Amino acid sequence: MAPALDHVPVSFEEWLAAYGLNPERDVPFRTMSGVPIDPLYTERDFPAERDQGIGLPGQFPFTRGVYPSMYRGRLWTMRQFAGFGTADETNKRFRYLLEHGQTGLSTAFDMPSLMGLDSDHQRSLGEVGREGVAIDTVTDMETLFGGIPLDEVTVSMTINAPAAIMLAFYVVAAERRGLGRERLGGTIQTDILKEYIAQKEWCFPVDPAMRLVTDMIEWCSEHMPRWHPVSISGYHIREAGATAAQELAFTLKDGLTYVEHAIARGVDVDDFAPRLSFFFNAQIDFFEEIAKYRAARRIWARELRDTFGAKKPESWRMRFHTQTAGVSLTAQQPLNNVVRTAIEALAGVLGGTQSLHTNSFDEALALPTEDAVRIALRTQQIIAHETGVVNTIDPLGGAYFVESLTDRMEELCYEYFDRIDQIGGMVEAVKTGFPQREIADAAFELQREIESGQRIVVGVNAFTEGDDGATPVLWIDPALERKQIERLRAAKADRDSAALEQAFAALKAAAAGLQNIMPALLEAARAHASEGEIVAALQEVWGDYREQPVF
Amino acid sequence: MSAAGRRLRVVVAKPGLDGHDRGAKIIARALRDAGMEVIYTGLHQTPDQIVETVIQEDADAVGLSILSGAHMTLVPRVVELLREHDVDDVVVTVGGTIPNEDVAALKQLGVAEVFTPGASTEAIVDFLEDSCGRRARMPV
Repeated sequence: MAPALDHVPVSFEEWLAAYGLNPERDVPFRTMSGVPIDPLYTERDFPAERDQGIGLPGQFPFTRGVYPSMYRGRLWTMRQFAGFGTADETNKRFRYLLEHGQTGLSTAFDMPSLMGLDSDHQRSLGEVGREGVAIDTVTDMETLFGGIPLDEVTVSMTINAPAAIMLAFYVVAAERRGLGRERLGGTIQTDILKEYIAQKEWCFPVDPAMRLVTDMIEWCSEHMPRWHPVSISGYHIREAGATAAQELAFTLKDGLTYVEHAIARGVDVDDFAPRLSFFFNAQIDFFEEIAKYRAARRIWARELRDTFGAKKPESWRMRFHTQTAGVSLTAQQPLNNVVRTAIEALAGVLGGTQSLHTNSFDEALALPTEDAVRIALRTQQIIAHETGVVNTIDPLGGAYFVESLTDRMEELCYEYFDRIDQIGGMVEAVKTGFPQREIADAAFELQREIESGQRIVVGVNAFTEGDDGATPVLWIDPALERKQIERLRAAKADRDSAALEQAFAALKAAAAGLQNIMPALLEAARAHASEGEIVAALQEVWGDYREQPVF
Repeated sequence: MSAAGRRLRVVVAKPGLDGHDRGAKIIARALRDAGMEVIYTGLHQTPDQIVETVIQEDADAVGLSILSGAHMTLVPRVVELLREHDVDDVVVTVGGTIPNEDVAALKQLGVAEVFTPGASTEAIVDFLEDSCGRRARMPV
């Protein structure tokens, strides 16, 4: 007998028949990344025996979180990424954020610093202090963190190709304040593979760049017990247009590649793996993001324990920072971005993040104003203190849909692992442009969906009436570029040229040889060598990098 | 199609140091799919390199993609260099995170249009077809 609308279904089959009575809306039911979604998930998608594989919080494979107590013990670190102008301006912004209840610092560097160029380089013109803070020398680094207790606040630095140089500046800046490097806690990004894949800020060819990363991991494992030498980052991969599955797969594969290289160097996996951390994007497709984080923890734990033989549970624990998706922000009706960011942040929290950056609503227009940053921080505080989502651990654990989607993310990740292995590993895949092409294809596909109207972006291709009008944006004084160039000239004029020459000679010898390069970088920093000078010296030995432009 | 009856030739360029190439690549692909000949410069180009490419490729238009905030330095330089080389028939467009005030300033300099986040590739294709066609018909 055909089911009727007034009939109450008593079995899955009856429900399915009842479901079929009404036509579905004419929209694609799939995640942002294209994973098809069923109308309903039940124990058929997640049978009771699968529950055993999930584990408890703090228990292998950490699907439900890396710590036994999660947010009931300690909230995530609220860490807003900041940086603009010279070290002076950014130091002021850092203090502002700490005064407003932020619990960690995160440094955004300007483009020249990220590319290893000094502020007075011809190619730096117009870029100094624009998209982050300009740091050329140890003196700048000292100013940047002036008055901030570096043994109490953890500091994150988002820099990759020249990460080892910035770390040397940081260590020497702290040393001058009488703080030993063993007391410094924080993270430096250093994830060079994802630079070639997505963010495209490089200084050296792939092989010496990998050597530099490995040198840092090795050196930090001996000298900086509280420091995370690499933050393996999917954020930029996702921003470049990757799907959630691509973000997951490429990021984890990058991480596993660093592990392989460090082990090959002779470092015990348990001596460095506990200090590898991750950085993921939080896009707008809520459940897909949560599933991604849960799958990521499980894959990392399994690979570290079973593939690399790590013995310490700390080595299996994938701890991560999350940032809401810059690419999801719209220039149209920018206040809508407050809502997008809140939902994305919530996904990060329900996914068990250890720290979080929430974007400001004006960031599709310019760097954020202080008011916009405060709302972004308040968004995290509202999630933490008002919504109650922190009261229990992994509140979505066991949900048929979430568990099933977590499994699916894991499968998609391993499919990519296989494809990368067939190419000969991630370093080889990066050199052949495989992840780059996959991401460009996905980015184009998403744009096509938006333009065809298949995917609605509120305020952009639907509901476009009533723009908020003029949003005030942060104005960065072009005079700051001149100010920074003056600072650099003054620093360069006040140096012991013999010590400097000696430091460069030692640096180039270290680069050409096999020994760890970190001690030579520290000496160069102590001799007041600038970042650009150090990079140029290393490029003399290692060369630089050019990408084959493809689209 | 330009007035001369050939396919439009467009240089898509990434001036400056920022590596955000998602937009540039999407636009490059969309222009190619719309039947244009696209020359993508790749990343980290100086204004001189870009102008050289525009001249060598005999381009009808150049699209500059900038997300580093350096547009008020880099775009004027490109426009200036084009003038210095007596190139006055190339449509210059800019795409990226450009605040409203700067959009007006860039147009004053001679930039034909500025596309900010959310602009559709269709709008960009239409704009180029329209403005390149129009320019080519203008008496010299």
